[in-house]
Amino acid sequence: MRHIISVLMENESGALSRVAGLFSARGYNIESLTVAPTEDPTLSRMTLVTTGSEEIIEQITKQLNKLIDVVKLADITGGEHIERELMLIKVRAEDANQREEVKRMTDIFRGRVIDVKDSTFTIELTGDGAKLDAFIEAVDKKSILETVRSGATGIGRGGKCLHI
Amino acid sequence: MKLSGAEIFVQFLKDEGVKHVFGYPGGAVLHIYDALFQQEDVKHILVRHEQGGVHAADGYARSTGKPGVALVTSGPGATNAITGIATAYLDSIPLVVITGQVVSAFIGSDAFQEVDSVGISRPCVKHNFLVKDVKDLAMTLKKAFYVATTGRPGPVVVDIPKDTTDPGIKIDYEYPKEVRMRSYNPTVKGHPGQIKRAIDIITSAKRPMIYTGGGVVLSNAGDELTAFTKTLGYPITNTLMGLGAYPGTDRQFVGMLGMHGTYEANMAMHECDVLIAIGARFDDRVTGDTKQFCPKATIIHIDIDPASISKTVRVDIPIVGDIKTVMSDMNKELKAGKQKPDARALDSWWKQIEMWRSKDCLRYDRNSALIKPQFVIEKLYEVTKGDAFVTSDVGQHQMFAAQFYKFDKPRRWINSGGLGTMGFGLPAALGVKMAHPDHDVACVTGEASIQMCIQELSMALQYNLPVKVVNLNNRYMGMVRQWQEFFYDRRYSQSYMETLPDFVKLAEAYGHVGMRIEKPADVEGALKEAFAMKDRLVFLDFITDQTENVYPMIAAGKGHHEMHMSPERELA
Repeated sequence: MRHIISVLMENESGALSRVAGLFSARGYNIESLTVAPTEDPTLSRMTLVTTGSEEIIEQITKQLNKLIDVVKLADITGGEHIERELMLIKVRAEDANQREEVKRMTDIFRGRVIDVKDSTFTIELTGDGAKLDAFIEAVDKKSILETVRSGATGIGRGGKCLHI
Repeated sequence: MKLSGAEIFVQFLKDEGVKHVFGYPGGAVLHIYDALFQQEDVKHILVRHEQGGVHAADGYARSTGKPGVALVTSGPGATNAITGIATAYLDSIPLVVITGQVVSAFIGSDAFQEVDSVGISRPCVKHNFLVKDVKDLAMTLKKAFYVATTGRPGPVVVDIPKDTTDPGIKIDYEYPKEVRMRSYNPTVKGHPGQIKRAIDIITSAKRPMIYTGGGVVLSNAGDELTAFTKTLGYPITNTLMGLGAYPGTDRQFVGMLGMHGTYEANMAMHECDVLIAIGARFDDRVTGDTKQFCPKATIIHIDIDPASISKTVRVDIPIVGDIKTVMSDMNKELKAGKQKPDARALDSWWKQIEMWRSKDCLRYDRNSALIKPQFVIEKLYEVTKGDAFVTSDVGQHQMFAAQFYKFDKPRRWINSGGLGTMGFGLPAALGVKMAHPDHDVACVTGEASIQMCIQELSMALQYNLPVKVVNLNNRYMGMVRQWQEFFYDRRYSQSYMETLPDFVKLAEAYGHVGMRIEKPADVEGALKEAFAMKDRLVFLDFITDQTENVYPMIAAGKGHHEMHMSPERELA
């Protein structure tokens, strides 16, 4: 099962390596990991996407909680939540036909063209992982020059908050 | 008062109540050593290798319950300390290890004697810190002691770049009396509802079993555990780390469990209907095959570390909290409650256990012309009246000591259970002796293990630490030899210790007394003579039977009911 674990941790050097080290030392899967400071600059929020049986996920959350730098965490897949990922994708757009096709596809997926050059378009797209996958499927494979994905971030719906 | 970083370091140790620091100087910690030189409150003990230094601090901590402190330099000082740190980590021992670091401006430049100490130690510490600013030094040290000693204890490394201790930069110092960390608040009190549920299940058991580990020792909960066990009248087993938390001579004690545990302890585990696990972590050497572990039991688990619960074995009733606090709450509940154990069921359970016990699974050949290692431990027990601090290294001798020395008090049995570090025994014994100068301290070891930290015989002389080294010398890495005999068709690959030194002369070269004992009849006399020499370290080299093995034995991956008995016992 895929789980999204949100972690609030002290914004200190080395905190990220403690988490990464924990996952490699204990052999846990890690699909993606994003981290950035919150509105409180002393705190970072990390979003981890991992897979494993219920027992493994329980161990992962316990082991994360055991890290001294971790203030609080939640498995947001346990309740209603919103998941978003950002993708920047650069595609070949040379003739008018190609450019028109890419523009149309971008509109259908509610993306934005953020950089236009003679032979390339760069598109910004947000959504859950499946939507980004679908976009990649929809455009002509041969025309893709580069993709960058941020990894998933997520937040609980409504009153459910992860804060201190 | 205005102090330099080095002076703050020393003053802080004083204020924190630290009496002894085990260490080894070097370039990155010279400022600190200069500050240590100019005072007398904190005593520095010069070890001969950083591994020995951390083990000595570890032995000191295990025998006192206070945090052990070690001080080493950057680079090789820090890497040599790692084995000691990992040893303490696996057994949850509170240590603060200070590693010097190169000047902060040089960090990351592959400077002389630079390693990433924070990075290297990360997987084997409870937490670690790098202190780049002298203003953070006192508070960071406070946090280090706080983290090391609270919750599930463990080693904490504080890496201090040389410029942080610069004698030219003085700042105001005040001892931080308190520390609060929003990200670290260990649970102490057990959930009352869970405790009630546990008591209901415990008192309605027909075939109960109490299984306790090092957590009881760490939490100083021996008295509470003993009261609990006595009130219930249930059988109790200890893990290797838990020995002494419950009196080893008591009838309710059925011996150690696990790979080399007693027949009665392992069979009672296999057959019990309620298992009460306290401060134990279901280690693979204890559980054997987890699929066959306590197949009939409802499992209650009390532990301060939530991550220990249901880690390898699914638990039915978890209680997270400090063992001492939880056990006294349980004892109150037991006293107040109407629930009483089922006396009839308990009676027939004990009859069954006594049948298992009557197999006398630890029997060995007492008529041998060769010295049996078990015999040496039995005599050690008698000569020291069961009241010595006993440290050990790792291997057969460790198991014999655990099986045959009946520890009645906690913190008397000191060994590397989790990491299994050869070389631990001697420096640990010296740390123990530093803390308990008036007690007998014995280091039970083997000719292979002792050579891994033998240089500390020198530290023993310098600080007058007259421990007794009980060397069970069978000229083999005994446990390796045993596995090769059982599982590798007697191909004794690299396990024979050729070209051994003359240990008597070696002991004498270090300024100690050496004795070689070759006949069973001389064992007791030699031990008596050695322990009578109160002010001398005596190295007793017992030439033991090379073919002796540790029994009973559960092969790795087998169940508790699948024990091998000694050929001696199977003939009987």
